[in-house]
Amino acid sequence: MALAPAITDLEQLKTHPAVARLLAWNASVVAGVKFDREEMTIYVDRANLREACALLRDDPACAFNFLSDVTCVDWYPAEPRFEVVYHLLSIPKKERVRLKVRLDSASPAVESLTSLWPGANYFEREVFDLFGIRFNGHPYLRRLLMPEDWEGHPLRKDYPVEGYR
Amino acid sequence: MAHLAPTPVLEPGQDRTMILNMGPQHPSTHGVLRVLLEIDGETIVRIMPDIGFLHTGIEKTCEAKFYQQVVPLTDRIDYLCPMTNNLCYVLAVEKLLGLQIPPKAQWMRVLMNELTRINSHLVWLGTHAMDIGALTVFLYCFREREEVLNLFEMISGQRMMTSYFRIGGLALEPPLGFFERVGKFAGYFPEKVDEYENLLTGNPIFMMRTKGVARLTAEDAIALGASGPTLRGSGVDIDLRRDMPYSGYENFKFKVPVAQEGDVFARYMCRVRELRESIEIVKQALDGMPEGAIKADAPGIVLPDREKMKTQMEALIYHFKIITEGFAVPAGEVYQAVESPRGEMGYYIVSDGTPKPYRVHMRAACLANLQTLPKMCEGGLIADVVAAIGSIDIVLGEIDR
Repeated sequence: MALAPAITDLEQLKTHPAVARLLAWNASVVAGVKFDREEMTIYVDRANLREACALLRDDPACAFNFLSDVTCVDWYPAEPRFEVVYHLLSIPKKERVRLKVRLDSASPAVESLTSLWPGANYFEREVFDLFGIRFNGHPYLRRLLMPEDWEGHPLRKDYPVEGYR
Repeated sequence: MAHLAPTPVLEPGQDRTMILNMGPQHPSTHGVLRVLLEIDGETIVRIMPDIGFLHTGIEKTCEAKFYQQVVPLTDRIDYLCPMTNNLCYVLAVEKLLGLQIPPKAQWMRVLMNELTRINSHLVWLGTHAMDIGALTVFLYCFREREEVLNLFEMISGQRMMTSYFRIGGLALEPPLGFFERVGKFAGYFPEKVDEYENLLTGNPIFMMRTKGVARLTAEDAIALGASGPTLRGSGVDIDLRRDMPYSGYENFKFKVPVAQEGDVFARYMCRVRELRESIEIVKQALDGMPEGAIKADAPGIVLPDREKMKTQMEALIYHFKIITEGFAVPAGEVYQAVESPRGEMGYYIVSDGTPKPYRVHMRAACLANLQTLPKMCEGGLIADVVAAIGSIDIVLGEIDR
């Protein structure tokens, strides 16, 4: 039952290959880091997300070549409200890293990763559908699961679980 | 459901092509998948899957339940491999809690997980062969699947929605005679796989329908997020059970079948070989089954035994508190992935320190695998779409959630 406390100090974590690579490229990209329960999380600046992912994918020391998952967490009513969460897997290194982008409720938009991984297509459409996050540069950003004429985004926290909206 | 009305998603690109609608009630779409095809004669120009018909908002429902109440919901996501989903969820919550699981529970989880994989692959094999026109295989596969479901019923009381794994261990001690019955099944099952292979592997009609059909290169498979046999059929050697072991899989010896061709036949061979490997793991789990507890020693999280509840006041209090107010999980987040029969099944859980999960997200292997369909089918024939859909082994419950 003993959980090690989460490490959020950038100094202690800058030897992690993914963090080191991003810092070497542009120190302002890394907005924060967290190592908790054996999992690495890097908070990435929204403007540089696509370039950061391209770096992590193509750098041989990182080789995060597989996009496992894209999802979102709504921290309503806090601001910045949304966290878009990317899980990358390195098939050669058998390692995972989690990238996060914080978005405020005024402009919940981030660049699409479909140009790097075409597989991001459905994941991003799902996030758009259920959270209302816009992905700039997505080839076909339409609802995926809900009906086309649905109003609202069901997984937002201000959307009720049951009853009328 | 997203695009039924009022505008069709696909407009014919040229005068000579037409749009053909397949599904959602087409038997070869394995549930309620709708596929829109733009065809030129019999050749496919473009193909677009349309999903969402089974969307029930499970992720939203999870946010309103206690952690232990989510377990039965996970069965219903992928109804062909309920225990893989149970496992993935409970592992994620246990990681959030920092809970250690006794060895017997871990081995039982591996054993049941491999039986689940056999169950799922048998349904896939039967229906896939039936789609292509080999009706007999279906009956053979369901004969053995029946025995697997009987085993599930014996251990959990349910044939399909088992909910057998619980946070901190297992729901029940395996009943008397269970291991003998699994042993008997493991003894005769390899012969039955030979039987299926006799019907299909060398069958010229089956080979013509599958070899060289719906090819997918390794680069495309990785770029599109494919996993499981869909990825290994294209020559990428990754299996989370071996490469990132969980629940004690590092104690088992098994091979990971990989095929290089990337066609329907390659994916078929991967899964059929996986059937044989799974039964080997089942045998190893039976031989080395440790003795001991099936639940972690964590009062306040794991329900106490019935017997203790009736004799000890503390146990009764814990029982009452877990049922009425759940248990708080330390704030944090985890992503736990397991190798489901279809690929990388992942649970991303965010806790805010309360007894209800703040966010539960399921990474559905099928959702990503379905994206490979256009790459596989464009330029091919209409009849091959059926073979391609079968070879991805989709479960729409998991895709739509």
